[in-house]
Amino acid sequence: MASMDAALSHTVELSGLRYGWQPDNPLLEIEQLQVARGERLFIYGPSGSGKSTLLSLLGGLISPQQGRIQILGQAMTELGASARDRFRADHLGFVFQQFNLIPYLDPLDNITLALSFSRLRRQQLGDESPRQAAQRLLSALELDPDQVAGQPARQLSIGQQQRVAVARALIGKPELIIADEPTSSLDADSQARFLSLLFEQCQSQNSTLVFVSHDLRLADRFDRTLSLTDINRAADSQSSKAIAC
Amino acid sequence: MLIRLAIASLLNRRATVILTLFTIALSVALLLGVEKLRQDAKASFANTISQTDLVVGARSGSIQLLLYSVFRIGNATSNISWDSYQHFANHPRVKWTVPLSLGDSHRGFRVLGTSRDYFQYYRYGRGQPLTFEQGQRFEDLYDAVIGADVARELGYTLGQSMIVAHGLVDIGNSGHKDKPFRVVGILARTGTPVDRTVHVSLAGIEAMHIDWQAGVPIPGRSISAEQARQMDLEPRAITAFMVGLTSKISAFQVQRQINEYRREPMQAILPGVALQELWDLMSVAEQALRAVSILVVVAGLAGMLSTILNTLAERRREMAILRSVGARPLQIFTLFTLEAGLYGLFGTLLGYLVYSLSLLAAADWLLESYGLNLQLGPPGSLEWIILGAVTFAATLVGMIPAYVAYRNTLADGLSVRI
Repeated sequence: MASMDAALSHTVELSGLRYGWQPDNPLLEIEQLQVARGERLFIYGPSGSGKSTLLSLLGGLISPQQGRIQILGQAMTELGASARDRFRADHLGFVFQQFNLIPYLDPLDNITLALSFSRLRRQQLGDESPRQAAQRLLSALELDPDQVAGQPARQLSIGQQQRVAVARALIGKPELIIADEPTSSLDADSQARFLSLLFEQCQSQNSTLVFVSHDLRLADRFDRTLSLTDINRAADSQSSKAIAC
Repeated sequence: MLIRLAIASLLNRRATVILTLFTIALSVALLLGVEKLRQDAKASFANTISQTDLVVGARSGSIQLLLYSVFRIGNATSNISWDSYQHFANHPRVKWTVPLSLGDSHRGFRVLGTSRDYFQYYRYGRGQPLTFEQGQRFEDLYDAVIGADVARELGYTLGQSMIVAHGLVDIGNSGHKDKPFRVVGILARTGTPVDRTVHVSLAGIEAMHIDWQAGVPIPGRSISAEQARQMDLEPRAITAFMVGLTSKISAFQVQRQINEYRREPMQAILPGVALQELWDLMSVAEQALRAVSILVVVAGLAGMLSTILNTLAERRREMAILRSVGARPLQIFTLFTLEAGLYGLFGTLLGYLVYSLSLLAAADWLLESYGLNLQLGPPGSLEWIILGAVTFAATLVGMIPAYVAYRNTLADGLSVRI
């Protein structure tokens, strides 16, 4: 019973995780990592800390050699590759540092793209049509949908593109939003505003947020901060190797 | 969804896509054109003569006999005697015969001496008879009936006077100038060698040659056109004759009797069989033409392949985005395969359009210059087969970049390092 509760109260649970391209040279080794439901977690991840690998593991694009990854109570490590793809489509939203959008599709098409691979997220819209949901999210993120409608994504400013990317991650209420340096190409004022809007929307639809960045100045606005270099023992050994050289 | 994405992606790369489409379209148009020519040539070939059971001439090769008697190409090595002709014309199983006498020409067109039965029994296509555009059969000794091409190219109308040259090369001084003919009939177009023939009576041929011997006029002996009328104009020999039998079943029997005729070496052929033999002879060239046009389509598809492969690097990020929203690697594979299939489909449709427009534009010119009568019909099985085959081949070729993209997307995951 206690484990059931734990599964329900935690969005992400990693244990004994080990991953490397070559098995004897691990890139990522994490003993334990838990993210509570609705939590806003900041992970400090400078380059070389195994950040991309962690995100690919969480997204189910790759599978670890050892250990267990459980998301929303589902053991990812027990699913096949295509079931993990479907799980990602249903329950995860990604925002990247840049190049988030299909350059020739307009903002609304980019946002609704997330729905076309997930029946579950289409159902989550309820009475709203996909375009209505996309327009509502854009407005909530302070981007006028009418102003950008019909424009190919490549013609938008970086700030506009990042908001469209957030709307795409949020549409259909996925339980987990993973953001990889989404603010690093924005200036300081825009960063603050962007974060506030992101928090607001995650909260309103009860999504857990895992935010990875190398910019520690943002960390104090989150519920909790972790350093990937601290929890990844493989990174330690790698950096010590680098120093030894 | 994937098809919408594939179309949006293609529209995004309009300029190169249009060029690639045109490459495929032109190759398909060429293939369609060659196939059309092949089919029409074969059809018009097979349609040259019909409902004639046997063609009889002096013993030579069956194809040679077919060529000079039906296609009016080349010459007979020897003639057959009038007596032998009469012998078989009166054969109990023979319903009709039409004598053919060749050897003279008029300004590049063959002159055929024959009987009036020619206009009754000669059939082409699916048994169509000859019809007159203007005028009628020859009646008088110096009457001539000309084919549609002769009338068109020489600008002849009824009543036109014409001088027949001796032999096949009209060099001016060897003409039968003293016995001019008069055009009394112009035949409707048939699409067969009849269109390029001048028809006169057998007696007319005799009259022309009455004061000639061994290919030159007999010195000091000149017989006027009017004097010739009074003379015996029954020919001593003809080149060949066509035979219609009372029953097709007896064709082989009569053929054997003619081939074994003791008084003169003769040969009878079944026109359908000889036509097939002749077509088989030409099939090497025909197959080569077809192979070349198929290779051009292959070149078009190779162009498409390189175009798609070129876009792979710049589209790796797109694929990573699609993966992040849940696209499976197999869907990435499908996306690229679909794209290639769309190239094939629209390339072929565009090719059909180019082909149809060219055919419409060139039809008159082809008829004028080469006597090729190409009609644009509704798309038939040939067009559908080509549409299907090219689309299928393009899809198959598209699996190459699709596989590369599939491999890339597995290796890249969410992060693309370029």
